[in-house]
Amino acid sequence: MNERSWNPERITEIVSAHAHLEGPLLPILHAVQAEFGFIPRDAIPVIAKGLNVTRAEVYGVVSFYHDFREQPAGRRVVKICRAEACQSMGGRTLAERVLKHFGTDWGGTSSDGAVTIGPVYCLGLCSVAPAALIDGEPHARLDMPTLVKAVEAKP
Amino acid sequence: MTRVFVPRDAAALALGAEGVANALRSEAAKRDLPLEIVRTGSRGLHWLEPLIEVDTPKGRIGYGPVAVPEIAAVLDAGMLKGQHHAKCVGVVDEHLWLKRQTRITFARCGIVDPLSLKDYEAHGGLKGLSRAHTLGAAATIDAITKSGLRGRGGAGFPTGVKWKGASDAAADRKYVVCNADEGDSGTFADRMIMEGDPFLLIEGMAIAAFAIGATKGYVYSRSEYPHANATFTAALTIARNAGLLGKTFDIELRVGAGSYVCGEETALLESLEGKRGQVRAKPPLPVHEGLFGKPTIINNVLSLATAPWIMTNGAEAYAAIGHGKSRGTMPIQLAGNVKHSGLFEAPFGMTLGEIVDKIGGGTASGRPVRAVQCGGPLGAYFPRALFDTPYDYEAFAAADGLIGHGGIVVFDDTVDMAAQARFALEFCGIESCGKCTPCRIGSVRGVEVIDRIVKGEARERNLALIEDLCRTLKLGSLCALGGFTPYPVMSALRHFPEDFMGAKRAAAE
Ligand SMILES: Cc1cc2nc3c(=O)[nH]c(=O)nc-3n(C[C@H](O)[C@H](O)[C@H](O)COP(=O)(O)O)c2cc1C
Ligand code: FES
Repeated sequence: MNERSWNPERITEIVSAHAHLEGPLLPILHAVQAEFGFIPRDAIPVIAKGLNVTRAEVYGVVSFYHDFREQPAGRRVVKICRAEACQSMGGRTLAERVLKHFGTDWGGTSSDGAVTIGPVYCLGLCSVAPAALIDGEPHARLDMPTLVKAVEAKP
Repeated sequence: MTRVFVPRDAAALALGAEGVANALRSEAAKRDLPLEIVRTGSRGLHWLEPLIEVDTPKGRIGYGPVAVPEIAAVLDAGMLKGQHHAKCVGVVDEHLWLKRQTRITFARCGIVDPLSLKDYEAHGGLKGLSRAHTLGAAATIDAITKSGLRGRGGAGFPTGVKWKGASDAAADRKYVVCNADEGDSGTFADRMIMEGDPFLLIEGMAIAAFAIGATKGYVYSRSEYPHANATFTAALTIARNAGLLGKTFDIELRVGAGSYVCGEETALLESLEGKRGQVRAKPPLPVHEGLFGKPTIINNVLSLATAPWIMTNGAEAYAAIGHGKSRGTMPIQLAGNVKHSGLFEAPFGMTLGEIVDKIGGGTASGRPVRAVQCGGPLGAYFPRALFDTPYDYEAFAAADGLIGHGGIVVFDDTVDMAAQARFALEFCGIESCGKCTPCRIGSVRGVEVIDRIVKGEARERNLALIEDLCRTLKLGSLCALGGFTPYPVMSALRHFPEDFMGAKRAAAE
């Protein structure tokens, strides 16, 4: 992912664009992360001010949800399903091997910054397990070579 | 011009359907074969995906699973005329797996172009809504109640009773909230509807809104479903442009952020309001004080998507199908290590064994079926000894299990049930909203106790301890995340005690 560097003006714009919604905080956070790849710590006071809530409230929401990242991710984001249907098809072993291959742990990024691997609990691909999302694209009936190839393929 | 149907359902895409559609287009062009590719949802025969269908005078003939390198050969074999090839499965409607089903909620899924409102209407769409308008709000609620429809999200609460509650509540504003958070492992039916028949959900929500007097609807979906969200967003725009939405009632799609507990209805409301997804204490019930303090019905995608059929065909027709107090059909989702995986909609009442062995065809690995988890991560593990349990809410409850959202995850004999019990507790800890102690702390302690049991440390004492801990979780948790985690844990212990005997079965995975 190629994030643009963030600036307070752009955050304010995003906040205003969502101001008409009821309960706009989650859509705002999704929009910020979609644009910058993560939720910059210094964006939090800007969002809080725009919504007239405390920073603690905004931070509390950011930290509650597994999706929101406080650091930029690697160039590719892989979410490997760890839930039961994928386990039944060898998902545990697959995930361990993939993490080892890229030299990282759950939620971590490979040292060359190429890939971030996160856990996910079900992708609704349980009938074609084991499954993963690579940059938002679903992949199923995965084994080690297929997954590594898909991750290393040009996006 | 021959019409060819290629699914765009996420399961089909995950198996390469996009490449198949592209290859089909280019290979056909090379051969000067005129074809029109229609992208559909999935029929639910997931082991055959990507499943291509060709419109022929005999009906829609299927080819699957088809991979990109096979396209040329399949075309050359005369696919556009429905001619034979090793991958041909015949007329799809005649396929035994579909013939055995009773498709009510999934009547159109995989057949129509999900984003053609014309197609939707041509296949009986919007009749339910107009019937509701003719009958009036009170009679609509009456019909839903009489149909016996129960919430498909997990709890099985009568849908009509919920609607009546919200309808009776006086307020300046009411909401219809659709729970599309579908977090249970082994389930994908909501996703299939959003991708394969999104107007059905829109119609269902419009009926609910009309019945209770709501002006605004929210669909709370999940970030793990980018394709479903894209299709549903497109469908909303089409419905708005057609005047189906935006006049008296409008719907907005909201997307969660990777939290399982946000599927719990009150946590979901908190999340919609832009807060941490923490469970609310009940009462007040959402039908009295729900979203932003206003009367709100929260229903699962499948509950709402079944309302149009009930309104079109009558409450009696729906109530006539089923078993015991479980009326109608359940879209059963066969997942995990199962040969014939996918969506199987059937009246309640088949036995679990029939579903797993006969419909599912046993495991994908070819090894014996050892355990099946029904109803998601909070559901019990069933051993073969319980395969005579009829698939209905009460019978499953009597067997200390649950149907939940209809997921069935099959495991072969390599499964380590101690690892499964441990995972259930670990998952509870990861996803706990943190509001109540049994769930937040008990789950973490539970993982430690399982580890000690497996290591053989003070077995008897630790077995008593896990049982006690499960009782505390069950009785002391604020919601069913902590409250139901004992189901998978205790069922694993009860039915598969040999797996907790230490290193014996370890290294199985
Ligand atoms: C931890 C937890 C997660 C849940 N997840 C979902 C879900 O993803 N989808 C859903 O429809 N119901 C889910 N439920 C059930 C909802 O709380 C609620 O009962 C349901 O949405 C009501 O709709 P229904 O009556 O149509 O089933 C969950 C419950 C709990 C305790
Ligand atoms: S359990 Fe892995 S996709 Fe559902």
